[in-house]
Amino acid sequence: MSFFDDLNFASILVATVRNAPVLIFAAMAGLFSERSGVVDLALEGKMLASAFVSAAVAFATQNVWFGILAGIGISVLLSAVQGYVSITQKGNQLVCGIAINIALSGLTFVLAQFFFQQGGRTPDLGEARLHEIVLPGAQALADVPVLGWLYGSLIGGHTILVYLAFALIPLVHWIVYHSRFGLRLRAVGENPHAADAAGIHVERTRYLAMLCGGVLCSFSGAYLAIVQSGFFLRDMSAGNGFLALTALVFGNWRPLHTALGCLMFGFFAALQIQIEGVEIPGVGKIPGSLIQMIPYVVTVIVLAGFMAKSVAPKAIGVPFVKSR
Amino acid sequence: MSANELPRWATAIALPVLNLVSALLVAGLVIYLLGESPVESLAILVNSAVLNPEGLGYTLFYASTFIFTGLSVSIAMQAGLFNIGSEGQMYIGGLGLTLAVLALDAALPGWLMVPAAIAGAALFGALWAWLPGYLQARRGSHIVVTTIMFNFIAASLMNWLIVSFLIPVGEQRPASRLFAESAWLPKLSGILPVLGDTPLNISFLLALLALAVYGLAVWRTSWGYKLRAAGLNPHAAHYAGVSIAKTIIVAMLISGALAGLASVNSLMGSTHYMALNFTGGAGFIGIAIALMGRRHPLGILLSSILFGALIQGGFDLSLEKSNIPPETFIFIQGLIILFCGAMENLYAPALAALLKGRKA
Repeated sequence: MSFFDDLNFASILVATVRNAPVLIFAAMAGLFSERSGVVDLALEGKMLASAFVSAAVAFATQNVWFGILAGIGISVLLSAVQGYVSITQKGNQLVCGIAINIALSGLTFVLAQFFFQQGGRTPDLGEARLHEIVLPGAQALADVPVLGWLYGSLIGGHTILVYLAFALIPLVHWIVYHSRFGLRLRAVGENPHAADAAGIHVERTRYLAMLCGGVLCSFSGAYLAIVQSGFFLRDMSAGNGFLALTALVFGNWRPLHTALGCLMFGFFAALQIQIEGVEIPGVGKIPGSLIQMIPYVVTVIVLAGFMAKSVAPKAIGVPFVKSR
Repeated sequence: MSANELPRWATAIALPVLNLVSALLVAGLVIYLLGESPVESLAILVNSAVLNPEGLGYTLFYASTFIFTGLSVSIAMQAGLFNIGSEGQMYIGGLGLTLAVLALDAALPGWLMVPAAIAGAALFGALWAWLPGYLQARRGSHIVVTTIMFNFIAASLMNWLIVSFLIPVGEQRPASRLFAESAWLPKLSGILPVLGDTPLNISFLLALLALAVYGLAVWRTSWGYKLRAAGLNPHAAHYAGVSIAKTIIVAMLISGALAGLASVNSLMGSTHYMALNFTGGAGFIGIAIALMGRRHPLGILLSSILFGALIQGGFDLSLEKSNIPPETFIFIQGLIILFCGAMENLYAPALAALLKGRKA
């Protein structure tokens, strides 16, 4: 039983809830743009940009909300660049995404170094962070076994952004499947010419989708910098943007399934920290770098169609050229 | 108005140059905002990377690696595949090279050791590209996503292999042991003493050879014709009897092998050991090079030299100007990919209108 004693499942579950928001925000952001027919490979870059800007502004103003607002600003700006290239210029969307990722990986370091001179990181945010919300009555329940932990640590005790992330899941589901905008979004992503014939403005709808994506993606960056670490660090997005994209592919571009994918990846990240150095019966110690590979390997298996069939929006990656 | 209506010189030379200039102007603006003079920075850069013979040696040394990664991305693009995995393929190629060297360098003389190591690099690189290629060809998994995943998998795998197995006993640095001298590539400064103490080695000549072979194979053989046909219009190519699946897999194998070969220059030509993350983003620079050089051998050569100069000059620049760290050139690399790749036809309408107006 020593294996199960070493692995603390309670803390793995709490860590899963805390890891998932980064991926949920970014994946929901990607969902909007990809459902509208624009591939969003730039999630990583936008996440990094908003992480830097929100940390820098929160530090400079000592106000976390200004930081979050500034993060939204930069992420929306980058989405607009991406929209201009992908929608108006009808350029290559994959190349555009890669370009934004590489450019921002360099630029955030240069700017962090320029402003703070700390080797590409920002100073600790100190008080300019979000506070954890203690649910009413959590104190009274704290001594009750299971229930106290469930209410106080798993459900309660997180920052507002965690609740926002989980609230987004049903909200995005409702927008995509039950609102007028959602119907148009899916229409321009599946068959833009039919949507155009029905009187929907394809390019405007795609720009709107990119705007939604920009706002949502900024939260994942702000969450990384303000909630998870308390400072900006060079390349701190560390592949999370791609992991979110992967959750999107895994979840078949459907909000609820995608969120499940995000939770799964959050779980693996939590497991990796817990399992490192733990002796597993019959296997021995599993190195952390091998557990790190699991989400990527799972994605490749899913993409290969061995677990479920993944069906992308039909018009994804194709610029819309109005037929005359 | 589209790029197709422009004369060939315009699409082959004028548009790429305009795009490059735009990217550099944006970079210059950022350097200006950082409080440094763009003109002075450019002067330092040119002086240190091109005019100074030793600096030029370094520029060409970096370019040798970039030619291979640029070719790797380009050959996949000829088949219509966007291989983002050159970085991981180069990393795994380096593993193949290192394993060959560690196993054989005590026994083999240089003239056998070097080809064996090169073969190891190409083989491992090709194998790492094979699975994404196979999955794209047979199961329709999108190559962009799978190659990104394979980059991450390669990074984790190599982290584990180097830390757990390759560090010599008693060492702390995450790197393999030093290669024996039989696995060191001859330096060109032996023939051209003016280059001074630069790591420029015969892999630059190998890179030039690879460029020539690439040009001949893609444009002068029936295989290259089929490859380009499959890239331009897979349906038409399939109808004409080209096996698309086979073309994809073979293109990815070659692409991976070329990426693997990129490790030869840095490992056997310079460091003589394999360290963690030795690739340093060269695979991603290959994307920029393929897009900027428009997949043409001469274009790839010139873009590789440009990037070599940016890395070399940028390093010297960062020593003089603390506000312009070497990472600035990662930003510039992104700008070049954006302008030369994603917005390659930005100036096409204006240029077409200009040409039309002159004729009328």
